[in-house]
Amino acid sequence: MKLLVIAGPPSAGKTALVKQIVRRLQGEMRIAFLKIDVVKAFEDIELRKEFNIMTRKWYSGDLCPDHAGVMIMADAIEWAASNYSDLLIIESAGLCLRCSPYLNQGLGVVVLSSISGIHTPEKMGAMVSLADIAIVTKIDLISQAEREVMIQKIKEVHPGVILMETNALQGTSLHHLYALIKDSPDIEEENLSLKGNPPLGTCTICIGKKEIGWKHHFGIIQKLDGQTAEYLYRGE
Amino acid sequence: MINKITILPGLDKRGLREKFDQITLAAGETISIVGPTGSGKTAFITDIELLAQGDTSTRRRLLVNGQVPGDDIRSNPSLKPIAMITQNTKCFADVSTEEFLGIHARARGIQNDMVVYETIDLANKFTGEKIEKDNKVTVLSGGQTRSLLVADAILIGAAPVILLDEIENAGIFKREVVRMIQDTGKIVVFVTHDPVIALLTQKRIIMENGAVKRIIHRSDLEVKAAHNLLELDTRVDIIRERLRAGKMITKELTAVNFA
Repeated sequence: MKLLVIAGPPSAGKTALVKQIVRRLQGEMRIAFLKIDVVKAFEDIELRKEFNIMTRKWYSGDLCPDHAGVMIMADAIEWAASNYSDLLIIESAGLCLRCSPYLNQGLGVVVLSSISGIHTPEKMGAMVSLADIAIVTKIDLISQAEREVMIQKIKEVHPGVILMETNALQGTSLHHLYALIKDSPDIEEENLSLKGNPPLGTCTICIGKKEIGWKHHFGIIQKLDGQTAEYLYRGE
Repeated sequence: MINKITILPGLDKRGLREKFDQITLAAGETISIVGPTGSGKTAFITDIELLAQGDTSTRRRLLVNGQVPGDDIRSNPSLKPIAMITQNTKCFADVSTEEFLGIHARARGIQNDMVVYETIDLANKFTGEKIEKDNKVTVLSGGQTRSLLVADAILIGAAPVILLDEIENAGIFKREVVRMIQDTGKIVVFVTHDPVIALLTQKRIIMENGAVKRIIHRSDLEVKAAHNLLELDTRVDIIRERLRAGKMITKELTAVNFA
């Protein structure tokens, strides 16, 4: 089974892209789809209705969606494999820019809207810098010069990424993506791990204490002004 | 170096194959794309810009110098032989004009820093209100944005193929633009509703229902007509600029006889 993990901010065009991929590869592959979201998601119903493929969704609710993703991805892979899928597509919630949901196997795709602003590639951190492929959507809405400025910004964040531009509603210029998916090796389920480093785990806020101020909490290691432990990642 | 672009037929809006074998655009040629709104003019030049390989809504295919172009020239701006001015009159990038052009020059692999200022100077020849290098591109007017993008296409895009989508709508000095890019040995394609621009080009591709309907080569008679029309257009321009400058019309219109 092949694995495709798709990340990107809300409204970037992740689902439109998924639809193009399913439309194109459905004839030659049995496809399963999982959507991870926080509060509400419709993609599973939409895709099942439109293409009659196996779909699931999972709400992370109180849990951080990337954390939730890590926990249930293995379940989803087992579900898809036991249903004889050839390709599992996982669409992330795309909310937190600290983590990236990509695994050491399969393909990681980041979807960015061309109207999301010039600094977005830098702000999206690991979601961009650890992706195998970056797809810029909505290219019909901006000038060619601005598209190229956006691409340049992504390249400066992640020089090795495979870049593509598309109007995802029409599915333009995606032949290369379909070929990369078809050529990607099958995953070995026992050797899957995250590409990036997840953030540090628990603190008293994480477990639900609401009082503000240092005296009510422990495990919190950064002040507005003041020291941060040396070994911590502090952005940039 | 590009000396020709070949367009292979796709499908019209009903899914029927277009009725031409191939259309070849050669270096030094000027072409206009004409036809009613919704007939597929913009889709036609977008196919050229994307170097479509049957993977756009029209299913057309493009060849560069008779060859299928590689994925690298399709997705790497520094290798892309095509500059396109779309109808967009808005930039979303939150940077100054100077920075915007600087990043674009990097994307196109240009080393010369002066190109940024040359581009702003050229843009200011196409537009009434001057663009300053410190202006954010997000606050430029529609006309200023398009002037900047046209100048950018000429000097930073600096591509052997230039595609222009309805430049007459931008409120910019269109004859200035046409003069700048004709006779440069480039392939220049105008999508246009403007009779002056249409008659200034050597070939007209007529669109209908998403497909190429006909290709017309400009006749000698049309060359003469173009000159007359240009003269008329110049006079209309003088009047337009007087009105834009807040002046009154005194005798220009009373002396004109359009009959």
